[in-house]
Order: sequence, then structure tokens, then C-alpha cells
Amino acid sequence: MPNPRKPERSVVTTCAYCGVGCGFKAETIGGRVVRMIPWKEGKANHGHSCVKGRFAFDYYDHPDRVRKPMVRNRIDEPWREVTWDEAFAHAAAELKRIQATYGSGSVGAVSSSRCTNEEIFLMQKFARVGLRNNNIDNCSRICHSPTQFGLSATLGAGAASQHFDSILQADVILVAGANPTEGHPVFGSLMKRRIREGARLLVIDPRRTETADSPHCRADVHLALRPGTNVAVLDSMAHVIVRERLYDEAFIRARCHWSEFEQWMQLVGDARYAPETVGPEAGLDPEDIRRAARIYAKGPRSTIYYGLGVTEHSQGSTGVMCLGNLALACGMLGREGVGVNPLRGQGNVQGGSCLGSWPHMFTGYRFVTDEAVRKSFEADWKIALDPEPGLRLPNMFDAAVAGTFKAIYIQGEDPVQSDPNQNHIVAAMRSMECVIVQDLYLTETAKFAHVFLPGSSSLEKNGTFTNAERRVSMVRKVVEPLAGLEDWQITVRMINAMGYPLHYDHPSQILDEVARLSPAYQGMSFPLIERLGSVQWPCNADAPEGTEVLHEKQFPRGRANFMLTQYVPTTERTDDRFPLLLTTGRILSQYNVGTQTRRTGNVAWYAEDVLDLHRSDAEARGIQDGDQVTVTSRYGETKLRARISEKMNPGVVYTTFHFAQSKANAVTSDLSDWATNCPEYKVTAVEVAKVPARTEAPQRVPAEAKS
Amino acid sequence: MSEPSSKVATTVYVPRDSTAISLGADEVAAAIAAEAQRRGLGVRIVRTSSRGLFWLEPLVEVAGAEVQGAGGARLGYGPVTPADVPGLFEAGFHRGGAHALALGKVEAIPFLARQERLTFARAGITDPVSLSDYEAHGGLRGLRRALGMAPAAVVEEVVASGLRGRGGAGFPTGIKWRTVAAAQAPRKYVVVNADEGDSGTYSDRMVMEGDPFVLLEGMAIAGWATGASYGYIYLRSEYPDAKRVLEEALAVLRKTGWYGTNIQGSGFAFDAEVRVGAGAYICGEETALLESLEGKRGMIRYKPPLPAIKGLFGLPTVVNNVVSLASVPIVLDRGGKYHADYGMGRSRGTLPIQLAGNVKRAGLVEKAFGVTLRTLIEDYGGGTRSGRPVRAVQVGGPLGAYFDQSLLDLPLDYEALAQHKGMVGHGGIVVFDDTVDMAEQARYAMEFCAVESCGKCTPCRIGSTRGEELIRRIIAGQDVAANHRQLLALCDVMEHASLCALGGMAPWPVLSALKYFPGDFGLPASKEPAHVV
Amino acid sequence: MWSELRRLRDDVDYGTPPRDGAPVSLTVDGVPVTVPAGSSVMLAATSCRKSVPKLCATDTLEAFGSCRVCLVEIEGRRGFPAACTTPVEAGMVVRTQSPRLQELRKGVMELYLSDFPASEVPGGWSELHEVMAATGVTTSPYPTGQNHLDAPVDESNPYFLFDPAKCIVCSRCVRACEEVQGTFALTVAGRGFQSKIVASQGERFLDSECVSCGACVQACPTHSLVEKSLFEGGYHRAQPPQA
Repeated sequence: MPNPRKPERSVVTTCAYCGVGCGFKAETIGGRVVRMIPWKEGKANHGHSCVKGRFAFDYYDHPDRVRKPMVRNRIDEPWREVTWDEAFAHAAAELKRIQATYGSGSVGAVSSSRCTNEEIFLMQKFARVGLRNNNIDNCSRICHSPTQFGLSATLGAGAASQHFDSILQADVILVAGANPTEGHPVFGSLMKRRIREGARLLVIDPRRTETADSPHCRADVHLALRPGTNVAVLDSMAHVIVRERLYDEAFIRARCHWSEFEQWMQLVGDARYAPETVGPEAGLDPEDIRRAARIYAKGPRSTIYYGLGVTEHSQGSTGVMCLGNLALACGMLGREGVGVNPLRGQGNVQGGSCLGSWPHMFTGYRFVTDEAVRKSFEADWKIALDPEPGLRLPNMFDAAVAGTFKAIYIQGEDPVQSDPNQNHIVAAMRSMECVIVQDLYLTETAKFAHVFLPGSSSLEKNGTFTNAERRVSMVRKVVEPLAGLEDWQITVRMINAMGYPLHYDHPSQILDEVARLSPAYQGMSFPLIERLGSVQWPCNADAPEGTEVLHEKQFPRGRANFMLTQYVPTTERTDDRFPLLLTTGRILSQYNVGTQTRRTGNVAWYAEDVLDLHRSDAEARGIQDGDQVTVTSRYGETKLRARISEKMNPGVVYTTFHFAQSKANAVTSDLSDWATNCPEYKVTAVEVAKVPARTEAPQRVPAEAKS
Repeated sequence: MSEPSSKVATTVYVPRDSTAISLGADEVAAAIAAEAQRRGLGVRIVRTSSRGLFWLEPLVEVAGAEVQGAGGARLGYGPVTPADVPGLFEAGFHRGGAHALALGKVEAIPFLARQERLTFARAGITDPVSLSDYEAHGGLRGLRRALGMAPAAVVEEVVASGLRGRGGAGFPTGIKWRTVAAAQAPRKYVVVNADEGDSGTYSDRMVMEGDPFVLLEGMAIAGWATGASYGYIYLRSEYPDAKRVLEEALAVLRKTGWYGTNIQGSGFAFDAEVRVGAGAYICGEETALLESLEGKRGMIRYKPPLPAIKGLFGLPTVVNNVVSLASVPIVLDRGGKYHADYGMGRSRGTLPIQLAGNVKRAGLVEKAFGVTLRTLIEDYGGGTRSGRPVRAVQVGGPLGAYFDQSLLDLPLDYEALAQHKGMVGHGGIVVFDDTVDMAEQARYAMEFCAVESCGKCTPCRIGSTRGEELIRRIIAGQDVAANHRQLLALCDVMEHASLCALGGMAPWPVLSALKYFPGDFGLPASKEPAHVV
Repeated sequence: MWSELRRLRDDVDYGTPPRDGAPVSLTVDGVPVTVPAGSSVMLAATSCRKSVPKLCATDTLEAFGSCRVCLVEIEGRRGFPAACTTPVEAGMVVRTQSPRLQELRKGVMELYLSDFPASEVPGGWSELHEVMAATGVTTSPYPTGQNHLDAPVDESNPYFLFDPAKCIVCSRCVRACEEVQGTFALTVAGRGFQSKIVASQGERFLDSECVSCGACVQACPTHSLVEKSLFEGGYHRAQPPQA
């Protein structure tokens, strides 16, 4: 047949992969999705896409999909297929038994950033009305929780201040600890358009990434700093700005507290943060620090985009506060072309933040301990709620190892592969009595589960996602759920099974409930989103059609705050035994732990994680391109294939974590951000050695893609 | 150049122009030097530009106190081969002695004497890279005067001269400069179109090899007038000698303070460089030239925007042909009216016409517009070299119409030729005698277009290939009527739908061949192509 | 670049990007229309539902002016300007249909079809097929000549293939890779009739700098670049007609 088949149906929905949240039209032939076409009216992507959303959708009906609920009593037993009713009954019975035996706080739940807003909301509701505790967390714990903390502390709101299009009006773009051309490709392309038009680019990243150097798009200043020195370098830029009086005094007096600014000025103005001091510490030329600071301060419109290279550090929250401070000092907030913007990684991790999937907060970032807030929930849900903050996910694992935490309901997350210090997590999983996993496939975590609830992909359900721009968009059902239930339906049944009657005809009713209970989402509804295509929160009486740019007239607390950001180096230090610094990242074709993308044609580009090391480090160790090497840290060891790279400075090595076999997180430390416990993935002291020839080389990861 | 000695009484001039060299001028110069030495004679050899009388090249000239019967003028001998040299010395040519190759006073040679050389005033006379020689013969007067005028006044002088682009499009040069002068931008450029790709043309080459200073002077005046600070000479790769001479001349100007950051203390900064093309006729089209200069594929840009406003790197750019710029110094020196007084209608000034092809006397004829084709071909050119009757003439390059005898009384004028789908173009005239096969010429026109097409637009990219195929089939007698009809339809599409003049004008030689020489195609004489004027 | 992205519509292809600018009023086929300054005549025509057939133009890319299908007549101007590269001017009077325009469009389409696999004309639904229908041209009157029908198909990318036999060198793919994606992986190699689309230095798509974003597949108007998933049982080229 020479001519292509013409799709029969087309449904507008939102991509499930990264935090750009591209609008797509899912096209089907005979009830099967055959093509995803980018939606021109998608306000995040304007008709563009990347390889993942555009082509890598085959995972949804991959043979590995589990289509029936399964239970087992012990993890060394084989799985038993059961009906949905049996599965819910079994799970609920176990949870109740465990709570009766070990206490109410011995069970908890984790929601998924790949599930919809409605589903995340239901998971935190499950914990609060089903488990009657606040042991609920989300994966942004391990990526952007410092954003939440740091931006709230400075600006009053822990989310991106701008919409993506705002970059089209920027004169200076500062990208810190992020690689948009690979991690947020469609946004990366938008950024490159602006740079080709003449905007200047500043990059803070240990590696010369594609963002820093690609055709017609090169950074004016690339600060290739030593991993772990973010705060020092950012404070050093601040030092230049205050010493050379490049700050925007009028803005500070009008929108901040001058006394706080003076205190901050004292701190960063100290000689300790002079470029001449910090430069050698961070492996930078002091003149580059000065240039970057001047370019940023001069603007006239400078915008900041940052990612996990800022947050996943022991001073992650401090790093975020430094960015907030810079923007405040230079008046780069409250209009187009400026701002501070976290590049949220996952399709709905922003949703996870907003919708109360936190042990200490309800929806809308309001504290569990706040009596008035708690009472409003109790009134709506008609049930008394636990006033004590619950356990964070790392604490749940610690408590499991300690023997006081015994059961967990995990929706769409794979902590055994994605969380740091894998050995510890595995020990935690083993010590639990009931692990309930809701996912598409048998993941690494599912190996330790007792109940498996087959979930639904985003093509199989209705709901909404919130992207990195605070933009709430529709997720529409394109095909019927392969296992029979949409994810939100599963959680509703779990809540029912725990004894709380709950019923929704349609996810729109869940969003209505969210709107009732969350000030920023007050005006949100399915009809509004249908009419406008998408809506950025805050959406309320003051902004009935949503808000593109935050902080235009006021900050959420009225004025913003300068936070004191002293540099405290991580305790993760290199020494003779572990002389190299390992930092981690992502590549374009694989997504996160690869659960989906490993099951698509994307393995054609990238079928295993590799370790990038500089030529001089390799030569010193007798390592050649393609050799198998061991990577050892104080915490564990793994084997990877080596690749010689000129993209980092000597002393820095780099890998990704898309494949379970690479066990990258066996090696990463258990250090974390002082404020939020976000793991310090980005700095681990390691040594790399060639695997002796006698040892059998590990199998190359087989492609799990179909055909 | 050998050093003068007390014994030198004669200077011998041998051209270093590449046509002359291809005919042996270097060997002739060497032979003269050797023979002179052998005889113990002190002659000074000067390598000059060419007079442009190519049937006489290598044309050797002598001048000096010892030369008899010259009255100070130069006497010519040519065409000279190395074998002729001993005999010339025997005959005392260095003293103006008689010889079979003697031509008498060069400036009295009728071909040259009847010309009006404004732009080519120094052709054959000066040493191309001697600034003092250039100045002694009127050089730099234009730039000196311009630097003492306001830039806008310089522009108006050029407008008043009526100078039109000599590359082929014939756009009024002064109007173009006005547009660039008025444009606001951080930087502006002068770009010289030295891609001279038309078959049988060489006037640009003669300027660059023979009188580079007049081009560079014109560029500087353009820079002063429009606010441009830098110039690029986009030179076709097939002119390596021109590149060498231009770079030598640039070095001289920089050394003497006529190019650089503060020209003659005026505060005006201007400099330039040569950039070499890579063998694409289409890069003679100004937008493809700019693309190539920017390092990209030489593809046509649509207009508007005009290069005068958005040109090189998106900045305002004067793009002018070599001869256009070489005609500017004299306009500034003598005034616009002086230039405008030559010519007819809206074709003012002179045009350097290049006679080529099957013609007895091939060479450069600079004349005011208005001279007829017949005068050029028969009086200047002397008719065909073969002696056979002239059957067809192509004016203006490979995309110009073919004229038969009936049109040879047309005057050389932009509008007069355009009325007959002919074009003045860059001034090339190629002559064919009665052995020419016009169907083959038509096929060649399409083939040329196909080879040189940039490939951007459909009518040229695909049409030229189909056109060549159709004509080949017609020549072979296949389906003649149907293929002829299709050829006419194709010519219509190419003429009216192409993106640039390559596809747009490729039909002109084809249609004119069909109209005036239908028999060559096997077509009946009465068949009048419907839409040809 | 504000309106270029934010005013795109899913159900309309304006042909060239929407612009910001002061309103300009003109008429197209007698219908008055007002569009921002800097808009093309093509966009103005589409805006008042007097669309002009097009192949190398699409509103996510800057105008290119190469296909020569979108020619129009403008009062007071000689010749037949391309609607995509002509900016609107106040008071312009544009005609999108006339016997002469039909003749020229037909001529251009006949040239395209002289180098296109004839057996893929029936049953296709690409933009090229739409233009064939709009101009009424489905065959080529030219005798068989040089063509690209034997050029090998590149199936290296897991998700899409490139069949140069159907390529019309409109360069939308090259421009999408430059302007939309910013990777600059594609270019045109060769000149004139030998022009062909290549990835990087003439490599297979998979080996090149292509990041498989799909913008080129999206942009291709002839299904020369096309998703493999739209073919059941693999891609088979149609057999050329017996010579």
C-alpha cells in the first residue's frame, strides 16, 4: 500500500512526559493510537514537539503492560491474578491490620507526578481520609522541593513566575543547572529562537551542554563550575552586583524590605564572596563571574531558568534562594521577559506540588497545622483530620528500616530505581509487610510489592495536568483503559475499601472539589479549560482566566524577602580514595527512569547509561572509550560503559539514570538539602576503575522495545 | 619591471592581462628581455593592462625618445609571438622600425580611435598597480572631490549622471545609493558583483586586472556617499589573476593611506577585501551572491526586502557591478552632467561593449549608448572571422534573445532592445555565422539554465531540464507538433512564474530562435509563437 | 515573535506567520479584509476565506517563495507576485483567481508531476493531493525524462521514513529544523535538478544530528517524510509504470 492510512479520530490531549506539557492531537485507527501530532494551539508548545511525545507512545500497549490486578503474600512468591474487588479488599484488609498492629502512622502513600491533578488530589485524600494520617508525599521531594521552599521564602510563591512565551521578550537568559535542549526540548527550541534573534545567554553548568553550545546558539558566558559550588558562585555574582551598584534600588525600595536588602548586601559584599576568592574554589575565571553578573544585572530584561542542577544539592534550597535574591536585587520580576522559573521535570510534578501531596501541607501550600485551613477541609470532607504533619518519603524509608513503618501505597513511582542510596531503599522495601504498587508495568519497586494494581496511561483517562508554567491543560481519554479502570477510579475504590464512601461521576467533579479547597485553583473548571484551551493558576476572582505573569503588582506576602544565603560546602568531599565528582543528568530520548521510553523505539539512540569522563582522567586510569568501568562511592558501586568526553572539566564525571541495570543510584549519597531532604544527586565523590579483562563484562542492556 | 638605466631610451609595454597571457604575453616579455640583453640594449619593460584589442594580442607597444615617427605617442606591434622577437629587434622595432606586425600609432587604430573611453581611459596605458601612474592619468580626483562634499551631494551627483547598473539589470545607481544612504543601521556595506558569468564577457575582468584602482576608488566613493565602512569584492573563482592584482592594489592603497581608518585625514574609514566564489553563475544574481558571501548556499532571496535595506547579514548594502563602480570616479571628477551628456533616451553615459564569438576583431568597444548593433559588428568587429555571413547575434549574455539580420539596426539602448525581448545586459555581443544551428543554440540555453539553476523554484529547477528534453526531442523529430506546443507552454510558465531572471529569461533565447529560425527546428516558417512580441 | 506563535490556529494554515502590527486594510477578490502590517497577502487571503493554493508555505515557518503555486494578481503591479512573499499594503487590490493564474498554476503542477510517482496520485491525502484537486492537475503532459523516482528510501529512524521519490524540494523540512527546532540537521545538497534533501553530511537520518522531533515530518506536504505507524505491515513503494 503506497499511500499512508488516514487516521479516523483525533483527540486533543496533553503529553505525559516532561514539564513542558505539549498539547497533542492523539490520532487513532481502529481504536489504536497511531500518531501524535503536536497541537498548534497548545500554548506551551505552539505546534512543536520532541521525540518522546511525538513518537514514543508505543509503550502504552507494550506486551509488558500488566492488565490484571495481582496479589501475593510474600515477595518471593509468584504473583496471583485476582479481580479488582479482591485486590481492593485484600489491600484494605492488610492496611487496617497493620495500622491496628503498629499504629496509625505505620502506613503511608506516595502520589505520582505522571498522574493527573485529580489523581494526585485523590492520593492525598486517600492518606487523610483513608489512612487517617498525613503520611503522603510526592516525587518532587527528590527534585524540586527546594524550589517550593526557596521561592516561597523569597518571592512568596514556589512556582515559575512566567509563562514560556515570556522568553521571547527577554534580553538576557540565565540557565542554571538545567539543559533545556535535552530536558525540556520544546522550550529549549523556543529559547534558541530568542537567542538567534540576539538575546544573550549565560549558562551555569559543570558541563558544556548542548544548551551552552549548539549551532547559532552559544553562551556569552559559560560558568563551568565545580559541582557543589552553586551558592558560592551565585553569591559571588551578587557580590559584583552590590559592589558595582548594579542593583535596582527603586524596585527594591518599592517591592522588598530595604533593611533585609542591606543585610543581604553585607553578607554577599564580604570579601569571602569576591570573584577572586570564589573563582579558584569553583574552578572559574573571576572575570567570567564578573561578566555574567554585569550582563544579568544590565538586562534590561533578564530571565532565569533553572533545574535540578540547582535543587539536587545539600544547599538546594539555598541555591534557589540565591536565584530569588538576584532577581529581586535587579528588579527582574513582575513583567514579561524576566522572572525566576524552575523547569519542572515531569508532566505533572507541578500538580503534585499544588494539590497537597505533602506531609505538611494541604492543597494550595497551606499547612496541616493551620487550624482554620484544616477545619475547612474537615467541613468539606466531613471527617476529622490528623493535625500532625506526617512523614516525608525518605523518612518513611528510614522508619521502615527502623521497623516502625510497615505499609505503603505507591502510585506511578519507582523509588527503587529513582531514589538515592538504593541499598537503603531496598532494605526499607524488604522490611515492609504490605507494599501496594499502582503502575503500568512491573517496575523495580514492584519486585518488592505484595499488591499490584494495573494503572492507566494518560491516553486512557480524563483529567488535567499542570505544567512548569502553572498551566492546567486537559488530558483526554483516547482509548479505554487496558486494565479496565482509570487511575482515579482505582484510588476512589481504595478510599472506599478503607471505609470512606466516595463517588465521582467524572474527574471534572474532582477538579471542582480542588477549586473549592484551593485558592489558586478557585476559578478552575473543566468548562473553563475547554473554552480557553488551558488556564494558568492563580485563577480566581481577581484573575478569572488565569495569570500569565506573577508578581506584577504585589508579591503573595505583599513584599518579597531577601534571604541570607551563606555558602556551606557539602560534606561530600573528594579525597584520595574518591578523587572525582560524579554529577548526573538526562538525555533527550529517554525519560526519567526509562519505564516508558525503554519500551519504545527510542532505544535506537540510547540503549544504556554511560559514564562520561574527561580524557585526562581516563588516561590516568588506563581507560579507553567503550571500556567497562566500575564507579565506586562511599555508598555503593556500579558498572557502566565509559565514554571519553570533552564536555566537562577534568575531575568531573557524568552519567544518566535511565536504565535500571546501571544502578546509578546505588552510588549516589544519602546527603540531602537541609530544608527539604531533596537528595544531593548532583555531587558524589567517586573513583572510577577499569573492569579487569578477566571479569565477564555485563550484558549490554537488551532493548525492551517491541519488534 | 626592469630598473631604468642611463642607457634606457625605449620603454616596451607588454600586457599582463590574462587574455594576453593566454596568448603568450609572458613568453613574449621574457623573449624581449632576453633578446635585449643579448644585444646589449637597454630597454625598460613595463607590464601594462590590455587595450582590449584582442585580435592583436600580444600587443607590444614602444615609446620613448628613440622611437621615430611617433611624436611621443606609442607605436604598436602585434600580434607578437616569441618567435617574432628576434626579427622585431632586427627591424629595430624598439626605435619604431617597420615590420610586418607594425600597427603604427596605437591610438590611431580605427577600432580604438572611434571609441569614447570614459571608464576604460587607462586601459593598456598604465601599470595596473602603480598608484603614481594612476594618479598621473586622472586617478583619485573623483575621491578627492567626493571627500570634500557632503555624502548626500555625492549621491545626487551620481543620480544626475544617469548611470545605470552595468551588470545587466540597468537599475539607476544613484537611486540605489539614495536608498542605502537613507537606511538606519549600525553598519552598512558595499558589495561588488565581480561574478561576471555571462559567456563572452570580460569588461569586469579587464577593469580588475588592468585598472583596479578605478574600481577601488569607486567603492570608496560609494562608501562615503552611503555611510558604508567596508567593501567585499565577490570575485568569480575563474579569475585568479584578478584576485592577485586586486589584492596588490589594496595593499598599495592601505600603505598610502587611501584605504584604512582615516583616509587622508578626513576621518572617513573604509577598507575592503576580495572573497572568491565557487563556480556558480547564479551567484551573479545579487541575492544569491549575498547568500554565498554569508557562507550559505547560493540561493535566491525573494525581494522585497531589497538588499539596499536588508542586504549582507541583514544590513543595508550597495550591490553594484564592477563597471558601475568603475564609472563613478569620472562622474565625481567631471560632474554628473558630463556623463549624462553621452548616450540617448534613458540610457546615459557609455557602455563597454564586449565583442566575442565568430567576429574578426574581438575586443572592448566603449561607446555612448545609441550606437547600432550593425556598426559594432561590422565596422568595429569587421564581420565574422570565418568570412561567412552573420546569421545570428546574441546580446546581453546567455539569456538574451537571438537577433537576426533584420534587427541589427537597433541602437544599443535599454528600452529599444527590451521592446524586442533583447537585453543590453552586461554588454556582451556574441556573433554567429550561417553555420550555426539555432535549434542547438536553443537547446543549449535550456541546458545552461539547468546546469546553473540554484534549484529553489520549480519552473527553473524542473522546467529547464524538461525544456532541454523537449528541444532534444524536437531536434530528433519526435512528436514535433506536440512537443513544440508543450515547449511554448513551458516557456510561458518559466517566464512568468520563476523566482528570478535565470528561469525568467531562459525562454528568451529559445523563443527568439523559434521565431526567427523555425526551420532549424523542422518547423514551418509561418508558425508564429502566440505570445512573443 | 509574539503573534507568530500565539495566534496560530489548529483549523487554519495561514500560509505565513501571523504578525504584530498596525491594521492594514485591503481587498482580496473583492472581499475587504484587515490584517496586521507585516502580514503576507497569503495570510490576508486565508483570513477572508479566499485561500490561495500553496505548497512551500505553512504558517509555522517564514515564507520561502519557491514553489510558485501561490501566484496572484495585484492591481497596478506587473507580473504575478507570490502571495506568500508579498507584504500587504493599504488599499491593495488582490485577485487570487483568473484564467491566467490557473494557466500558470497548472504549468507549475505539471512540472511537479513530471517527477512524481504517478501511481501514488490516486488515494493520497497529503497537501500536494489537495493542491492537485484545487488546480485540477493529476497528470503530467511531459514525456518521461530525468527523475528521482529510484532514489533510495531512508528507513533508519525508528519512527519515520524519508522517500525522496515524493520530495518536491519545497524545503519545509529544512526550514522546520532550523526555525522551529533549532537543530539545523537538514540541508539541501546539490544544485538545480540534482537538489536533494539530506540529513547532516548526507548521512542516514539516524546517524545524523537529527533529534527526531518530528517537525520535518509535520511540515512535509507530500508524505515524503511520513510516520511509519501510518503504514500497516511496512512501507512499500509503488511499482513504477511499465516504461
